[in-house]
Amino acid sequence: MWQTLTRWYHQWGSPRYFFQYSGVLLPWLWPLAVLTLVVGVVWGLAFAPADYQQGNSYRIIFIHVPAASAALLGYIAMGVAGLVGLVWRMKMADIMIKAIAPFGAVLAAIALITGAIWGKPTWGTYWVWDARLTSMLLMLFLYLGVFALMNAIPDPRQAGRAASLLSVVGVINVVIVKYSVEWWQSLHQGSTLKVVGESAMPSEMLAPLLISMLGIYLFFACTVLMRARTEIMVRERKSQWLREVLR
Amino acid sequence: MHFESFEAFLQMGKHGAYVWSAYGISFVLVGLNVALAVRAQRQAKEDVKRFARREMADANKS
Amino acid sequence: MSFRATLKREVVLAWRRPAEIINPLFFFVMVVAMFPLGVSPKADLLSVIAPGVVWVAALLAVLLSVEGLFRNDFEAGALEQMLVAPTNLYVPCLAKIIAHWLLTGLPLVLVAPLLGYMLHLPEQASMTLFLGLLLGTPTLTAIGAIGVSLTVGVRSGGILLALLILPLYVPVLVFGAGAAAYAANGAPVEGLLAILAAMLLASLTLAPAAVAAGLRISNGG
Repeated sequence: MWQTLTRWYHQWGSPRYFFQYSGVLLPWLWPLAVLTLVVGVVWGLAFAPADYQQGNSYRIIFIHVPAASAALLGYIAMGVAGLVGLVWRMKMADIMIKAIAPFGAVLAAIALITGAIWGKPTWGTYWVWDARLTSMLLMLFLYLGVFALMNAIPDPRQAGRAASLLSVVGVINVVIVKYSVEWWQSLHQGSTLKVVGESAMPSEMLAPLLISMLGIYLFFACTVLMRARTEIMVRERKSQWLREVLR
Repeated sequence: MHFESFEAFLQMGKHGAYVWSAYGISFVLVGLNVALAVRAQRQAKEDVKRFARREMADANKS
Repeated sequence: MSFRATLKREVVLAWRRPAEIINPLFFFVMVVAMFPLGVSPKADLLSVIAPGVVWVAALLAVLLSVEGLFRNDFEAGALEQMLVAPTNLYVPCLAKIIAHWLLTGLPLVLVAPLLGYMLHLPEQASMTLFLGLLLGTPTLTAIGAIGVSLTVGVRSGGILLALLILPLYVPVLVFGAGAAAYAANGAPVEGLLAILAAMLLASLTLAPAAVAAGLRISNGG
């Protein structure tokens, strides 16, 4: 078991292996991701029952929650990749950070925008400094920071390593940010506004939510693989193996 | 199917504008992101090939 | 370089350029003075926003001053000397952070109660504001140093530094300003100050390692 894992680690850590096998994987992964996402969203939009309090406006949840959770997951993944890159100097690690950052930032933006739109019918205003919206805003800022740093450093390897360090620091911070924002919320507002009631979600709503979450994760994985392949092509354009694969 | 007609589906009670704008914006952002990624990939592929051709030409010359 | 040698060197160097100590302090005072002018001079309103205003101004002052942490060393080539030296970078980085805070952060903390008074912060909160800043500003300097180590030598590093670092400052701001607001309402603040102290210890132990790694990355290591 352990040996298999370390073998995978070393194989997928090599740009050449990564490039070849991600190329085999992607033609299967793309349709699967799109299909899962479409099933989840259509189920949520058309077939799930309406919420007894919010009516149909709650259907925004099927894009809002998956986007928010994937944005958070992506940031954690960047932190893990950053740690791997800094400690073991793995070549693929900072390529992964560069591949995760764009879609992660877009997902954070989607979570914010859909949250704001959902806020209008629920709270009567597009923006409240609610704990979740505020943490998502900070999440977007953290992504933008990584982005800005990578763009400011011309050398791609140096930019990747700088982004690795920043992601590791950011991930340590993200937990503290989350708790501090929750505490801050309790300080300034006695009662928090709950979007979904305390009671557990009925399974007719939970099932499409979980499916669209899975769909977004798969979609995220596809874009990450694609961007990582692009970055490999940019960095390895002088290598013979790459020319042979592309021919 | 939760909705009785297609019109009811579009109206979403009285929240149609919110739900559909949320999904519309998300779709546009995701689509834009994927389009940019595809374009970057195509460009990188072209670059690799052009680089290889140029080196080949240089090697033939000398 | 040993801890004491680095500390002494930093203090002596700063003493020769007093503007680098005084300017952040002036900046801090001026930013705070803008709020009564921009918002309202009414005492009841100012007393409510005072903790947040003082904290945000202190945060910006630290951010602006920390940007110069490695600038002179970088331009003079001393930074490269430090990097090729066969010793561990952790200790000199820690010394630089502490020296920088003593020279730029501590003066801010000392004038903060005065600014709180001018903003009609209730008197029982004055001590908490002071203690909170005393525990919080070194954390801000330490986190800021990580950002500086990554942006040293980058063009237009100042605004970039703010983008990288401001989101990381949120917990300190929330708990620091929150503690002062608690004290203004007469609530107990020991727990909040303890959280600030914990963040200070964590950042002082971890940040020098990150700063050392950052400096190596920026120098193409």
